[in-house]
Order: sequence, then C-alpha cells, then structure tokens
Amino acid sequence: MTGFWTLFYKEFLRFWKVAFQTVAAPVLTALLYLLIFGHVLDEHVRVHGVQYTSFLIPGLVMMQVLQNAFANSSSSLIQAKITGSIVFVLLPPIPYSAFFVAYVLAAVLRGVMVGVGVLLATVWFAEITVVAPLWILVFSLIGGAMFGALGMIAGIWAEKFDQLAAFQNFLIMPLTMLSGVFYSIYTLPAFWQGVSHYNPVFYMIDGFRYGFFGVSDVPPQTSLLVVAACFAAVSLVTLHLLKSGWKLRA
Amino acid sequence: MTPAVSIVDVVKHFGSLKALDGVSLNIEQGEFFGLLGQNGAGKTTLISSLAGLVRPDAGRLSVLGYDVIADFREARRRLGVVPQELVFDPFFNVRETLRIQSGYFGIRKNDDWIDEILENLDLTSKANVNMRRLSGGMKRRVLVAQALVHKPPVIVLDEPTAGVDVELRQGLWQFVRRLNAEGHTIILTTHYLEEAENLCGRIALMKQGRILALDTTANLMAAHPGGTLEDVFVRTMQQ
Repeated sequence: MTGFWTLFYKEFLRFWKVAFQTVAAPVLTALLYLLIFGHVLDEHVRVHGVQYTSFLIPGLVMMQVLQNAFANSSSSLIQAKITGSIVFVLLPPIPYSAFFVAYVLAAVLRGVMVGVGVLLATVWFAEITVVAPLWILVFSLIGGAMFGALGMIAGIWAEKFDQLAAFQNFLIMPLTMLSGVFYSIYTLPAFWQGVSHYNPVFYMIDGFRYGFFGVSDVPPQTSLLVVAACFAAVSLVTLHLLKSGWKLRA
Repeated sequence: MTPAVSIVDVVKHFGSLKALDGVSLNIEQGEFFGLLGQNGAGKTTLISSLAGLVRPDAGRLSVLGYDVIADFREARRRLGVVPQELVFDPFFNVRETLRIQSGYFGIRKNDDWIDEILENLDLTSKANVNMRRLSGGMKRRVLVAQALVHKPPVIVLDEPTAGVDVELRQGLWQFVRRLNAEGHTIILTTHYLEEAENLCGRIALMKQGRILALDTTANLMAAHPGGTLEDVFVRTMQQ
C-alpha cells in the first residue's frame, strides 16, 4: 500500500506545487465565463424556472471538475514519458491496479479542488440552493474519476504534446462544452437533443445540477447508471492498457 | 547458490531489428560484472528486460530466483537500476525525490539511509535543491542515489559515469566498491574500458544482440598478452 500512497501523494504534490496554474487559473476561467454569460443572459433567460446565472454555476463547476481531472492525469503521464522520468514509477514493484487508482484519485482530487474553488468564487453572484448534496458528491466523484481515467488513456497513447492537445481540443472540449453546461438540452432542436443523449458528459452535468435545484432534464438515477457504465468501460480499457504495458514498456 | 541474475535464451525484436539474439548468462551473487559492447550492441535492451521496462519476445530472466515477469514484485524489490538517460522529475528537490522513490518500494521512513547515500555521493549540500537546478553530474549522482534507496542486493549501473567529472567518478566507484564488498552484486555497462578493467571481476562482450565473449577479466586479458582491455575489446569486436 505504501507504493500506492506514495504515487498518489506524488501526483498530488505535482499539481499542488504549481497550484496557481493548476487550481487558481481554471477558477478564474470559470469566473470569466460566469461574468460574461451571466451579464448577457441573466435577465433574459430562465431554465427550469431558475435564473440563468444560478443555472450556469453548477454547470461551470462540473465542467472544471471534468476538464481538470483529465488534465491532471494526462499531463502527468505525457510529461513523464517525454522527459523519461516515467522509469521511476515503472521500475518499482507497483501493481498496475495501484498505478491506476493512484492516478485517478489524484485527478479526482484536483478536479474537486478546482470545482470547490469555482463554487466559492461564483456563489456570490447568484442564489444557489443545495437540494440533494449526495447527488452532487456522487456525480463529481464518478465524473472526475472517469475523466481522470480518460486522461490516463490519452497520456499513455500520446507521444507528443500536440497529440495530447488534439485529444483535449477535439474530444474533451466538445464533449464538455456541448453537454448542457450553458443551456438545457430542451432548448435545442429535436435532432441535437437526440445527439446530446449520446454524450455521457450531459448526464454528469445534468445529475450534478439536480443536486442543486432538484430538477433535471433526465432523472438522476438514469444519469447515474449511464455515468457509472461509462466509467466502468473507460476503467477497463485503462487497466487493460496498463496491464499490457502498451506504449509504456517496449 | 541462486544466481543474482539468470538470463536464458532471451530474444527481443524491435521491428525488423534483432536487439537480443538468444542471450544466456548467469551472474553470481556478489560479483562485479561488466557488460561491454559498442552502441546498439543490446546492453541497454538486456538491462531494460531485466528491469521489466522491455518485454522480451522469448526467454526468461530472473533476479535472485524471481522471474521478472511472473514474480515482478519480488524481482524488482531486489533490483536497483541507474538508467543511462539523464532523467529527473522537475517538481521535486533531491530529498523529496529520494523519499518518493523509497515510498514506491514500500519504505516509509528511510531518512537515515537517504542521509548516508547523500553523504557518500557528496549530495548533502544539495538535499533541498530542486532537481532542475542541479548540474548534469549532480543529476547523475541523484540517479545513482535513487537506485540505491531500497538497498537492492543487485545494482545495475548503465553508463553511470557518462558526462561525470573525475572527482565524482572516483567517489562513485569508491562507494560502489564498498557496496560490492558488503555483498551487493554490481552489473556495470560503460564505454570507459579502463574502469571496467579495474572494477569488474568478469566481463561479457556483446555485439549485435549476442554475447561474443564471457570470462573473467584476467582470462580475457591473458588471451591477449601485454594488451589492455581495450585491445581485447577491439579484437573481439572485429570478429
């Protein structure tokens, strides 16, 4: 267990030592989104009977949880691979399952820390209620874990920083931005509503938001099933890659 | 007695390149063993296979009787590797790096041994300096320290003195000799043949993934009377 905890602690220190870049910067980005969209739309739009700024805040929180969980594990792995320092974690007797859990937990931790930071920074701008805190906790943890695992896949697969950037810009960003962070999918045309239901991030945001307002586009139980199934699938792929040593051990 | 390292018919391809071509070799406990060869001979691939960084296509490798794949945890606990590349994690200082590396091997409180390593490698004054701020030679010393944090009975040094000044080289060899005298098995690859001649009791000469010669340093030298290990090396490589 010491190997696992050390790896987890190392991954925590890795982002905490540059917290200004890894925690404070995403909080500022979310705050800017809120100020801009909130200012433009707050007086014109209500979603599920909730003021737009209030509706937006949980979406921004969850978006940052997911994006930062992904960024943590992916950047750590690609950096270690490119600099060669990955050997320090490949030489010791750390089982691949411990390797997986340590990276994912550290990713969740960073995601949640950023999420809490976003909430603390934005809560002053709108009335926020918390109807079901357990749903908030469950969706942020499972969502963060899934994106942490996805970040591991990207970090293992990518051989250069631009490949990782492509993964992030062409998959992660569209998945998160088009998931209902900024809108309810019921404001979309029928076709795009249908498309949105194939986006697992939609269920994460929707379920997370339910915890705040007690209303959502789909029942939170359904969202939980979808998100848990996606997390299980991504975890199995990641564990398989780690076990096989693909792109880590020649 | 169980050999420190056992390598049996190991084959490894990288695409069409046969990096290891049926290498077999036993290294006994307590030996100071030299693995020599030109660039691309397969030395690092062999060491990486032993460390689990490379997966051979065929053959078996074990460390003190533990198979490096089937019993990888036991094998890796007994092996310390100083990699050839000058790699480091830029987020940490020297002491943090060594504490973290100890933790990876399951050792929680290791400061006494870490202090001893730092002192022997003349790193005590750099203990709290970030890895980025160290010179190449200092980084090399930390790599050696990282390989030793878990007191492995088998230590592999892959070109540990490349780019290192004379003073450190002497200090390093003094420390490694002491470890060897205490019973640690040392496996050394180096391009400095005079170092191998002075330090190694037995030497394997590799070329194109195969072992061309394997004998005690004295016997290899005796086959070329009056010559140095460099003469032996050059003639063997010309075969």
